[in-house]
Amino acid sequence: MNIHEYQAREILARHGVPVPPGEVAATPAQAFAIAQRFGGTVVVKAQVHAGGRGKAGGVKLARTAAEAKEHAARILGMTIKDLVVQKVLIAPAEDIASEAYVGIIVDRGSRRPVFMVSREGGVDIEEVAARDPGAIVRLEVDPRYGLLPFQAYTLATALYDDFAQQRACARILRQLYDAFVQSGASLVEINPLVTTPAGEVKALDAKFNIDDNELFRRSDIAALRDASAEPDAETMAREAGLTFIKLEGTIGAVVNGAGLAMATMDLIKYYGGEPANFLDIGGSSNPEKVVNALRIITSDPAVRVICFNIFGGITRCDDVANGIVTATSQIDIRVPLVIRLTGTNEELALKILENAGYSATTSMDDVVQKAVELASAGAAAAR
Amino acid sequence: MAIFIDEGTTLVVQGITGRDGSFHARQMADYGTRVVAGVTPGKGGHSFATGNGGIPIFDTVERAARESGANTAVIYVPPAFAADAIMEAAASGIAFVVAITEGIPVLDMTRVDAFVRDRGVRLLGPNCPGLLSPGKSKVGILPGQIAMPGPVGVVSRSGTLTYEVVYQLTRAGIGQSTCVGIGGDPINGTSFIDCLEAFEADPATRAVVIIGEIGGTDEQNAATFVSERMSKPVIGFIAGQTAPPGRRMGHAGAIISGSAGTAAEKIEAFEKNGIGVARRPSDVVGLVRNAL
Repeated sequence: MNIHEYQAREILARHGVPVPPGEVAATPAQAFAIAQRFGGTVVVKAQVHAGGRGKAGGVKLARTAAEAKEHAARILGMTIKDLVVQKVLIAPAEDIASEAYVGIIVDRGSRRPVFMVSREGGVDIEEVAARDPGAIVRLEVDPRYGLLPFQAYTLATALYDDFAQQRACARILRQLYDAFVQSGASLVEINPLVTTPAGEVKALDAKFNIDDNELFRRSDIAALRDASAEPDAETMAREAGLTFIKLEGTIGAVVNGAGLAMATMDLIKYYGGEPANFLDIGGSSNPEKVVNALRIITSDPAVRVICFNIFGGITRCDDVANGIVTATSQIDIRVPLVIRLTGTNEELALKILENAGYSATTSMDDVVQKAVELASAGAAAAR
Repeated sequence: MAIFIDEGTTLVVQGITGRDGSFHARQMADYGTRVVAGVTPGKGGHSFATGNGGIPIFDTVERAARESGANTAVIYVPPAFAADAIMEAAASGIAFVVAITEGIPVLDMTRVDAFVRDRGVRLLGPNCPGLLSPGKSKVGILPGQIAMPGPVGVVSRSGTLTYEVVYQLTRAGIGQSTCVGIGGDPINGTSFIDCLEAFEADPATRAVVIIGEIGGTDEQNAATFVSERMSKPVIGFIAGQTAPPGRRMGHAGAIISGSAGTAAEKIEAFEKNGIGVARRPSDVVGLVRNAL
């Protein structure tokens, strides 16, 4: 789960990290009032789950409250990478002497949380890594002990030469580690971590990726989810216990298991088609899931055919078959369904489908080829 | 022969009275796995009925291991308690722990990983289908009927995609020594390389199929291992060639971040290191047949 910058700043502030003031506006009038209260030059920043906000025109400096209102009017409602901006952050513009990067990720290789810090802040860390890997200092943290004071100080000396700034930074790094663990993050970044001309060290922008598996025990973090910041179909899918990702093609796919779902998308492409989605109905045997899956897929007008690829293990094929039959009686499905079912209770499933007037195959190649043929026939008919 | 589990495997099922645990305890017992004990706190002293007789239930893994002599544990407990269950097994003298549970927080796994390594215990998973040595033993949730004994080792990060490949091999009359699902999470106990090393050492395995997916660099590391350390032929498949960057494809580990972890990179690493790459799951069969 992603959270917004303003929410990330709040979490950091709660853990003691120095964060400059800032407030959120949902309307130009609110932006005006906030900017007036701060006085002086402010920055207006789109709050949206996408990188490259600056390049998209979602970050603007405003010298006056009137200018802040104008910028807010333009940015609110703007679309950045398919996401509509619903909120802006208004913060006083800071004078900056230096910009650094600090981040923590859970590293697959070392199986530990790893700090990454660099004197080159304010740009994408991936860019720094590609251009000058030596500019990034890494440190593995033993999760049983956390970030030890000497480790924090050692990292801080990689970023700053001034002793007061080193000490301030070391404190921030330990606070950041606490915030990382206590919010159940898989990634946190402060970028940039700035120094002011007066020598203060502050977090100017922050990013948290929360591990979805943590949400069951962190209701405060789960409450930060902004459902309006994700596509409707994906919210619907999540609430129905499905994993759904919208793609650009014409062949809807309903599959059990993430690996098989990806392999099905790939096979659609192999035979010359384009997948309309990734959809994993998961391992359980609830016919209702199939109904929800079909509801979501049929809401995409680009879909010309729906392809089921089910390998029954825990998932029982007869449950999926029942789901298909129920769904077709509840939803007006105007595109053809092609079905592959293999594994647990396969015979029973085939009988259920046959009685309802559907046929099914047991081969993944066959069903995908059929889907691709029907999709291109559908496209020809539409022309 | 086989890897990790065989006729000598004696199994304790943690969470045996739960929905998934009870279903799969019976499936495993029916398959012929020696299920010798179950654990559910508060249900100690009861017996769990299967087609092959009753299985004694204990409150703790320590007691279950001591009284039943189990050498392997399988975990079906919910995510909130699963990290603790893995560590309980590792602390109880169990040598091999298989964690089926999906949804364990990754930060919990960083601690679990350190805990089990300190004790020299092998963990498979979490968020994995387990493993199956056809005709000998099955631990986890893989459907037993899709496999048959034979010379091919299969290792995979996914569940149903593994079934797909195993099923196609079996239909073509090519059996398997052991099929292992290592799981789709970013941190898991047993890696591709651990499995490849075990298959290389297993006299019953004559070829290996490795099924990877997008995210991370485990497949690239495995490819280097194959070219440097393996004499047996290896066939590969990578899922997620059409996956868009930055979107998590169901598995917590399946995400392309920046330019790293793409299917194209992994396929290239496989090919460069002498691993024959199947373009479709069904192409695995022909490549394996040629390799044998």
